[in-house]
Amino acid sequence: MDLSREKLIHMYKTMKRIREFENKAGELFAEGSIPGFVHLYIGEEAVATGVCANLKDSDFITSTHRGHGHIVAKGGDLKYMFAELFGKATGYCKGKGGSMHIADADKGILGANGIVGAGHNIAVGAGLTAKYKGADQVCVCFFGDGSTNQGTFHESLNLASIWKLPVIFVCENNLYGISMHQSRHQAIQDVADRAVAYNIPGVVVDGNDVLAVYETAKEAIERARNGQGPTLIECKTYRHRGHFEGDPVVYRDEEEVKEWLAKDPIPRLINYMLDNDIVTEEDIKKIDEEVDAEIKEAIKFAEESPYPPLEAAVEDIYTDLVEEVRR
Amino acid sequence: MIKTITYSEAIREGMRKRMKEDPNVLIMGEDVGEFGGCFGVTGDLIKEFGAERVRDTPISEGAIVGCAVGVAATGLRPIAELMFIDFVTVGMDQLVNQAAKMRYMFGGKITLPMVLRMPAGAGTRAAAQHSQSLEAWLTHVPGLKAVYPSTPQDAYGLILSSIDDDNPVVFLEHKILYAFSGGVDLDIDPIPLGLADVKREGEDVTIIATARMVHEALAAAEELSKEGIEAEVVDPRTLYPLDKETIFRSVEKTNKVLIVTEETKRGSYAGEIAAIIAEERFDYLDGPIVRVCCLDTPIPFSPVLEDYVIPDSKDIINAVKKMF
Repeated sequence: MDLSREKLIHMYKTMKRIREFENKAGELFAEGSIPGFVHLYIGEEAVATGVCANLKDSDFITSTHRGHGHIVAKGGDLKYMFAELFGKATGYCKGKGGSMHIADADKGILGANGIVGAGHNIAVGAGLTAKYKGADQVCVCFFGDGSTNQGTFHESLNLASIWKLPVIFVCENNLYGISMHQSRHQAIQDVADRAVAYNIPGVVVDGNDVLAVYETAKEAIERARNGQGPTLIECKTYRHRGHFEGDPVVYRDEEEVKEWLAKDPIPRLINYMLDNDIVTEEDIKKIDEEVDAEIKEAIKFAEESPYPPLEAAVEDIYTDLVEEVRR
Repeated sequence: MIKTITYSEAIREGMRKRMKEDPNVLIMGEDVGEFGGCFGVTGDLIKEFGAERVRDTPISEGAIVGCAVGVAATGLRPIAELMFIDFVTVGMDQLVNQAAKMRYMFGGKITLPMVLRMPAGAGTRAAAQHSQSLEAWLTHVPGLKAVYPSTPQDAYGLILSSIDDDNPVVFLEHKILYAFSGGVDLDIDPIPLGLADVKREGEDVTIIATARMVHEALAAAEELSKEGIEAEVVDPRTLYPLDKETIFRSVEKTNKVLIVTEETKRGSYAGEIAAIIAEERFDYLDGPIVRVCCLDTPIPFSPVLEDYVIPDSKDIINAVKKMF
């Protein structure tokens, strides 16, 4: 492993930022400060982190309803993310998108998405733009196992394959499509098997091992940048929480949950770094404190921000026509 | 320079003009390349611009629309073609939940300059899944603009403005009109979206008609004229944004309104136009607003049945006469 200390620390910090963002989002939702609903990424942090550690700001991602982790890993600002979750004017989307629709064009984040499977073809479009312009850009499409039974999954892999587009399809197989275990929603164990049908590489990786994810993604992204086309990466992982906050989670047994909690990606990376004398306990503590401070500040920013003016409701539907809509 | 060309050629010439000027404009769709398009609209464009810019796609409407969304969101100006408007159902999530909503959901931070071209309408004996008029669905969705030209000149001027627009535009093309010829000034400025056209002036009744029905309305108006009724035929050209001012001016003059579209009447955009007039110009009306639309049936195959359910000039004449 030729990862620099700096890179490892960056990845640890990213995972921690995601984890604490999500912990707080869950608490704030439970106490009623966040309207709507939230789908937390806790447990899956290694996937977004390991993949995005290979990306530049100019690269694109598409995300899902469980998107906070992807956005943090791609460089999202926690202040604007919390403000968006609160429905405030200072949020990424001026409070008009909410948890499931955070986007940041400057960071290549083409949006979280409330429709399961809808990011796939958008990712293919971003890949086409990159190829068409001859730009050194790739697009990573994040999605869950649940979306791999949507037609869009197949359509997008096919199109990216025949056009050899720089798209990396990253399946976060957390074993459940909402309440339905993978063994009940598809007759295969490895989503990566489906790559065969599109004549592209399909790779299975331990999605709770950020280093393995990083290495696997690195190879796929290099392939994409070199014009060798798409790859399907399946990251085996697990969500610690329910599908959404408030989900009674009656569909998983305790043994399974316990087994996966033991594979939590964050302690695993800490142990790796301590065992290899890359960091000290003191270093970890310092990073954790930085993250806590950042989260506190971000929540304060969100709480103190104003709600959008009512006028905002009729803006941004089109680039023009505000007057038309107001009538 | 004015040339006599078909509606189909006019759309192609508009696309050619913009593709020459702007390397960011590209076309994608089923059989749009070598085959030249199911109805021949893209024709020889592939020869001039190559397969990278005139891209054949698999039969995969979700991918066509979704890919166009991703392409537009990242800086190009795609023109996507669906072979028939009926197939938009297969890509509807990508159009309604993605294309139409992204800018708004993302607080105005993403711009989607894309055109989705769709051959629409009946009259080709193609039965229920290749003949529909889905204007109501498309105009119902905030975030989309909708265009439906009736003449080669309008098709040319409106495809230019649709490509120039920074928002998702659904560009409906009536299949029967593809072969219609007319004089087209290839040097005109784009026709702004949201500008109606009075195709015939008259004092006695306003007929608001779209696409192929504009021609049926004009034919009806000529017959009515022989009986002393002068109909004004207003073609909205753009369904959204709708040029209410032109419509209202006509209503204020004639005080009688007939709306003719090829849609099934129930839940039609014709109903929306009627509602707008009723809400905003009720006092100018001498009597009820009348709609002449397709019967509320799927489009039947047998020519005698198809002709029966689709409105024509005779239906319009009969409806107008009852208004006097």
